[in-house]
Parts: sequence; structure tokens; C-alpha cells
Amino acid sequence: MAVLELTNISRHFGAIQAVNDVSLSIEPGQVVGLMGDNGAGKSTLVKMIAGNFRPSHGTMHMDGKELILHKPAEARQHGIEIVHQDLALCNNLTAAANVYLGRELRLGMGPFRILDYAAMYKRAGQLFAELKSETRPRDLVKQMSGGQRQAVAIARTMLSQAKIVLMDEPTAAISVRQVAEVLNLIRHLRDQGIAVVLISHRMPDVFTVADRVIVMRRGRKVADKTIASSSPEEVTGLITGAIEQV
Amino acid sequence: MALTIDQPIEHKRQSLPARLFASQTFWVVISVILACLFLSFATDAFATSKNLYNITRNITFVAIIALGMTFVIITGGIDLSVGSVLCLSSMVLAVTMHAGYSIEVGILASIGTALAIGAFNGILIAYLGFPPFVVTLGMLSIARSLAMVASNNTVVFQFGPDHAKLLALGGGAWVFGIANPVLYMILLALITGFILRWTKFGRHIFAIGGNEHAATLTGVPVRQIKVAVYMISALSAGIAGVIQTGWLGAVTTNLGTGMELQVIAATVIGGANLAGGVGTAFGAIVGAALIEVIRNSLGLLGINAFWQGVFIGGAILLAVLFDRIRNFRRSD
Repeated sequence: MAVLELTNISRHFGAIQAVNDVSLSIEPGQVVGLMGDNGAGKSTLVKMIAGNFRPSHGTMHMDGKELILHKPAEARQHGIEIVHQDLALCNNLTAAANVYLGRELRLGMGPFRILDYAAMYKRAGQLFAELKSETRPRDLVKQMSGGQRQAVAIARTMLSQAKIVLMDEPTAAISVRQVAEVLNLIRHLRDQGIAVVLISHRMPDVFTVADRVIVMRRGRKVADKTIASSSPEEVTGLITGAIEQV
Repeated sequence: MALTIDQPIEHKRQSLPARLFASQTFWVVISVILACLFLSFATDAFATSKNLYNITRNITFVAIIALGMTFVIITGGIDLSVGSVLCLSSMVLAVTMHAGYSIEVGILASIGTALAIGAFNGILIAYLGFPPFVVTLGMLSIARSLAMVASNNTVVFQFGPDHAKLLALGGGAWVFGIANPVLYMILLALITGFILRWTKFGRHIFAIGGNEHAATLTGVPVRQIKVAVYMISALSAGIAGVIQTGWLGAVTTNLGTGMELQVIAATVIGGANLAGGVGTAFGAIVGAALIEVIRNSLGLLGINAFWQGVFIGGAILLAVLFDRIRNFRRSD
């Protein structure tokens, strides 16, 4: 069964039709590349899944149940996690503090609760180990490489039982070697049965790691096919409009 | 700055001495100790119990407010209104007690006033998006003016039936001959340190100062916390006002004039970063101590008091210079 299913989703801002009648379904453990030019509607689509916007029309279902989101916190409760393009990390805090930001573990009762440093370091360390990352929980984020910072942002999504992780341009601003590291992190999420939506401009990344590619142009879904049955040339054609639809 | 992936991996956890030497607060502590040692030998008057009593007590008023200011500065904000809030809450206390109310009512009214002002500042900043500098600059003017209105710009030195209690509260020395204000300062510093290090609230304050946008995205209640930090800052000014009233035994409407700058200087010397994300309770106290020791020593060494500003200003620049050098090395 599909972990997330969108049916005839549209979203307009005044007269502008940002997303127009898009339907798609995402299976558990599947990596879906979501591609399209600037203004194609990728971000709007993702923001609806993340609870930032509500669809103007259409419905979303998660594990067969209708999904109505009013704010991002509700998306998180449903197991939808987002890795923001800027990663949303605080440089002055440790890796563990960033992983637990907004949902810190605490000891004690009632108003007398203190931060449980030991438990947060331990769990964060386990998550980094699972991700096969060299990141250490006590290190400050400001001392980290781009790949390690990605690992911190991704570890955050693994704290609760995430079902689907939306990643916004995770490889946009990092070195080639770090890109490989991030793609490995994505594979680790997939191996745990988590569905990953990878929003990217980078053709090689999507063709390396994704199982499926969805292409959007001018608010519409113009292609939705397996990676094996597509090619970078075809996707480029679909993004630019040289190929109308497949 | 192109970091390769290997650098941070090879980067070992800094040892304790290395971390100490890299800490601005550590160097300020060293300077305070060296200055005290030097003054003990150079003058007869410094290491007397009376002088030490005076110094420790003089530190407290700036230090207590610096503790509150630390919260604001860690979030990346600033509170310029604390000197005026100190004056207003002193005046509210004085006027209330002068009118015949008990000390409890007076303190309640005074602290309540401070909290209300803090909430007002915080709401304008957090919910209406006013710049902290502007809001608290306005409040600097408003609060002092209100103090003048409350007292009709007179000096209040009679505090009604609980007069003696108030003077004992601020001017006494109940434990081991340590001035009461010093005890309050130590207690408040411990509470501040605990909140910053061990509570979710403290963690979120650092997160807001580090990256406010990230804090919002991860579900930190940024607005409520911002209102809270301005209330804490005003509260600390209110507490300092109550204690100072008891110690001085009189309130004038120029009490605490220019104090906001001393307080900000103390926090910055103690290692807080005005850009946000960095600051400690201990640093606030140490910064206040360094300022007071400089002032005291200039007096004892017979240097003209007009030079005070030069030395204190120099201390601020020197403290921040350490920080710049450290960052400069790191970015190489």
C-alpha cells in the first residue's frame, strides 16, 4: 500500500495556479526524485505535504487514511519529516542538540525537568552510526563539513518513526565527495523502509539514488516513471518542455 | 572557507586546558585575579575587609542585571531600558511603602511593574517585529519619565512602617558578614546558570540566538521565548532596584542613569556575543567584577576619576579583541 497518496491536488495563489491537478503515490522504501525547473510547482507541492500550505483542491491520504494538515507540527506527528534546503541547523549548538532541537529529552517530573544530556548524546551517536556518518554528537555544528551537517539534519528525521522524508535540494551546495556521502545517507533511510522524496536540480543524483522520477512543469505532473525506463536526456526534455508529456 | 571532510574527522576533542585558554571568560578571570594581587601589594587600602566588602557589594547591582541581560543577548537581542526600569521599580517600591503599605505589597508592586514593562517590550519585539534596539530605547525614556511622574521628581527616603525591614533587606549582612546583595547575586547567578545549561528553555534561547529561522522550523516557540527573555531582563532590573533601594535608603529619579551601558559592557567583557548564541552566567558576574575592580583601583591608585571611561572602554575592546583573534585563527 502506498505510504502517501495524493489525488488531484491543486493549489492556487490568487490567479496563479502553482500546482494543477497532480496525483501521485509513494511506496514505502522508495526514493522518488522530484524534478522541475524553478517555478514548476515542486516547492508548493512539497509544502502542502509538509503542512505549510493547504491544498485548494484534492485530497491526501497516508496509509489509506485521509490526511489534513494545518501546520508543520502536525505533519511531523504523522511521520512526515522535512530536511530543509538550508538544513535549519544552529551553528552554536552541538550535533546532538541540533538533532533534538524542539523535542529535547528530559529527566524528572512536572516543572522540575532537566535536559537528559547523556540520553541525547547516546541516541544521537546511534543515529550517526546507523547513517555510517563520522559525525560525533558532542561536536559543534559550526566545525562540521557539509556532509556531516546533512547527516545531522537527516538524523533529526529518524528520531521518531518517520514514514516519509522530504529532502529539499540536499546536494545543492556541497562538494562532490560530500554528495556521495549524502546519497549514501538517503540509501540508509530507504533501507529502513522510509520513503524519500528528493527534490533536486542535479540529474546525476536523481539517476544514482532514485527508483522513480517525477517531473513537473508549470504546475502539472508531466512524467512519472521508473528510473530504469527513463534517461537524463528525456528528463531534461521534459523539464524544459522540449518533450510535452510521457 | 572550503572545509574538506577529513579536517573535522581528524579534529580531536579539545582538552580541558586548550578549551580554557580559548575562553574569553577565563582570561577575564585571570585579569581580575592579577589586578587584585597587584592592588593588594601596591596599596594598603585594597585588601582591607571594608574595601572588599564595598567592591563585592558594588559589583552586585550591575551583575544582577547583567544576568538578566545575558538571556536577552544570547537570543541576539538587546535591552537598553534596564537602567530606567531599575529606577522605576525602585520608585514604585518607595512610593508604595511611603504611602503606608507593607514591604510585601511594595515589592509586589515593584516587581509587577518591571514584569509588565518586560512583557510590553517583548510583545512589541516578538509579535510585532519591532527591532529590540528601538523598542528598548523608547522604554528607556518612558520608564524614567514614569518614575518622575510617580514621585513628582522628588527624593523618597521615608518608607513607611516597614522602613527598617527594607533597609535590612538591602543593607544588611545576614550570613558570615557578606553583604546581602552579594548573597542575592550568587543565588541569582546559580539559578541563571542552571536555567541556561539544564533546561529546555535555556537550550531554546541558545537555538534562537544561533539560528532563529531554524528554531522556528524545528518547532521552538520562538515568540513566547522572546517575550520571556525581555521579562527576565526587566525582572532582574526590578530585583536590583529593590535591593539598591534598601541599600541606599533613598530613591532619586536619576538612579541607574547610564547603567544599561555598564550592564552590556559587563556581559560583553564576560564573553557574551552581541550577535547572539553565546553567553554564560559566570561571564556576566566576572565582567561586572572586572569593571568594578578597574574603577576601585583607579581610585586607590590616585588616578584622576576622569580616566575611568578610558580604562573600562579599553577593557571592553581588549576582551572582544581576544574573541576576534580566536575567530581569525579559526577561519584561516
